[in-house]
Amino acid sequence: MIVLDGVSHAFDGRPVLADVSLTLAERRIGVVGANGSGKSTFARLLNGLVVPSAGRVLVDGIDTRRDAKAARRKVGFVFQNPDHQIVMPIVAEDLAFGLKPRGLGKAEIAARVDAALARYDLAHLRDRPVHQLSGGEKQLIALSAVLVLEPAFLVMDEPTTLLDLRNRNRLAEAVAALPQPAVVVTHDLDFITGFDRVLMIEDGRLAADGPPAEVLPFYRERMR
Amino acid sequence: MTIGLYAPGASALHRLPAGVKLGALVAASLALFAVPSTIVALASVPVAFAVYLSTGLGVPRLIRELRGPALLLGFVFVFHALAGSVEEGIAAVARFASLILLASAVTLTTPVSEMAALVERLLGPLAPLGVNPAKVGLAIALAIRFIPLIAEEYRQIREAQAARGLDRNLLALVVPLVIRTLKAADDLADAIEARGIET
Amino acid sequence: MIVTSMKGTFEMTRDVSTRDIVYIALFAALMAAVNLVPPIQVAFLPVPITAATLAVMLAGCMIGAKRGGLAILLFVLLVALGLPLLAGGRGGLSVFFGPTAGFILSWPVGAFVTGWLTERNWPRMNAVWFFVFSVIGGIGVVYLIGIPWLAMVAKLSLFDAAKGSLIFVPGDIVKAIAAAAIAETVRRAYPLMQAAR
Repeated sequence: MIVLDGVSHAFDGRPVLADVSLTLAERRIGVVGANGSGKSTFARLLNGLVVPSAGRVLVDGIDTRRDAKAARRKVGFVFQNPDHQIVMPIVAEDLAFGLKPRGLGKAEIAARVDAALARYDLAHLRDRPVHQLSGGEKQLIALSAVLVLEPAFLVMDEPTTLLDLRNRNRLAEAVAALPQPAVVVTHDLDFITGFDRVLMIEDGRLAADGPPAEVLPFYRERMR
Repeated sequence: MTIGLYAPGASALHRLPAGVKLGALVAASLALFAVPSTIVALASVPVAFAVYLSTGLGVPRLIRELRGPALLLGFVFVFHALAGSVEEGIAAVARFASLILLASAVTLTTPVSEMAALVERLLGPLAPLGVNPAKVGLAIALAIRFIPLIAEEYRQIREAQAARGLDRNLLALVVPLVIRTLKAADDLADAIEARGIET
Repeated sequence: MIVTSMKGTFEMTRDVSTRDIVYIALFAALMAAVNLVPPIQVAFLPVPITAATLAVMLAGCMIGAKRGGLAILLFVLLVALGLPLLAGGRGGLSVFFGPTAGFILSWPVGAFVTGWLTERNWPRMNAVWFFVFSVIGGIGVVYLIGIPWLAMVAKLSLFDAAKGSLIFVPGDIVKAIAAAAIAETVRRAYPLMQAAR
């Protein structure tokens, strides 16, 4: 469970998020909002990448301000552009990269990497250079590199923006099958129609909060 | 990883550990510069050539490797000849030719990843001076990761600038390239932190 | 704000953060990318005119002394490891045993000096100062190390080594002008030194 308690945030004195209090306990939560509404900041608050100017964010009781490292271990984060997320030049090296500081043996790391790749039928990409992969493959590798760390929650920031329809559908299936609770920030409203809850952010405030059947029509209306 | 100048093969030099090859190369260069004899310098060339041939990579590859240095060595020789010392010129060119041959042989038979691992090991003793081998390793991997990314960004920017007739304008190409790749770098730093890795 | 962050960068003597490492790797890769632009080969000149020192100047002007110097040092290391990143696809250990090794090894120092001067004078930086500091680090330092090295290993007189090298100065001046124009534009477009923290 992730709890936001009176959270406000400002960059260089410019407010981007004002007084948000929420308890995120549903399995699938979507976040919508216009460009610059503050939803990216919202996503980054959930794993301690951004520490709020005021208020607290608690991940299973861990305060992101006190222990950002522990919070980040709990919350996996998938970025919009996999090219900006994949660190190592070779697929298997990138999956192993996050595991290395955890003090696992070589064999254990290799086994976990192979298991994570097998999950989305990516085993054949194991030793390929990342820059030769398609955009869809890269996004699934980025997701796998996060899941291999076995986070308790997953946050995704516009994960489908750069994908074609086939890969977007593949990612949607992958997300649907995840055992972890997930928060997905997106402009792809179909992606979150089947979710449990949708948050709408407008000008740094929580403008709507409820099931997709209520929030999405309201959001579509506001975007006219 | 098969990037770089490494050429796969099964020769003795291919099988030798990178550290041994590098050590031998350094020893050879120190010896050649310590002994001022023209005869030794000249004698070293066929030896170095034999070492290169033992890699089994063939002469065409060698010519490709040596085209750039050949011009430079010609220039060195001409300057010596103009200064009135043809023998000095021959010795200098022979020394460089040997060392360039030997160094090429090491590079062509050692994968980049093995060289990188060697560097990390060699940096180990520098830890008390604040050098962190793991950080160096990360920096090497990131740079190799960035090169194709930058090449792709550059291609896109050149296309976009060509559409408005600015594809020969250095500022119009480099400024967006720097700014876009900086954005990528900022995101990547976030992504590293998001994966719980503290350096 | 930019001023304080510059100072912060400068005072951070030992600790290199994750973000610093990413920036160092980025500029090493930018230097590699710049070198992929085909060199201009001038007839009878032993070394083609290349963009390499342009990247040395830019690294100093944009990310400062320590990170700029380390970025170019990382580039030199990548070349040594066997990546064909120098102009014309050259690389590997052999370049460090040729007569021009001193020039290559001077690049990190040149970037450091340009960066150090830039950091020291950050509040007054403009295109003219960027040009001056690029000339000092990217040309002055490079020749100050490269020419004696060339003289020593090729057993030439300093005068001959200098004579052979100075034909590249006009091209280097052009590069310093380009570096100044780029650095000044980026300084105004993207608060780099601040974002670089």
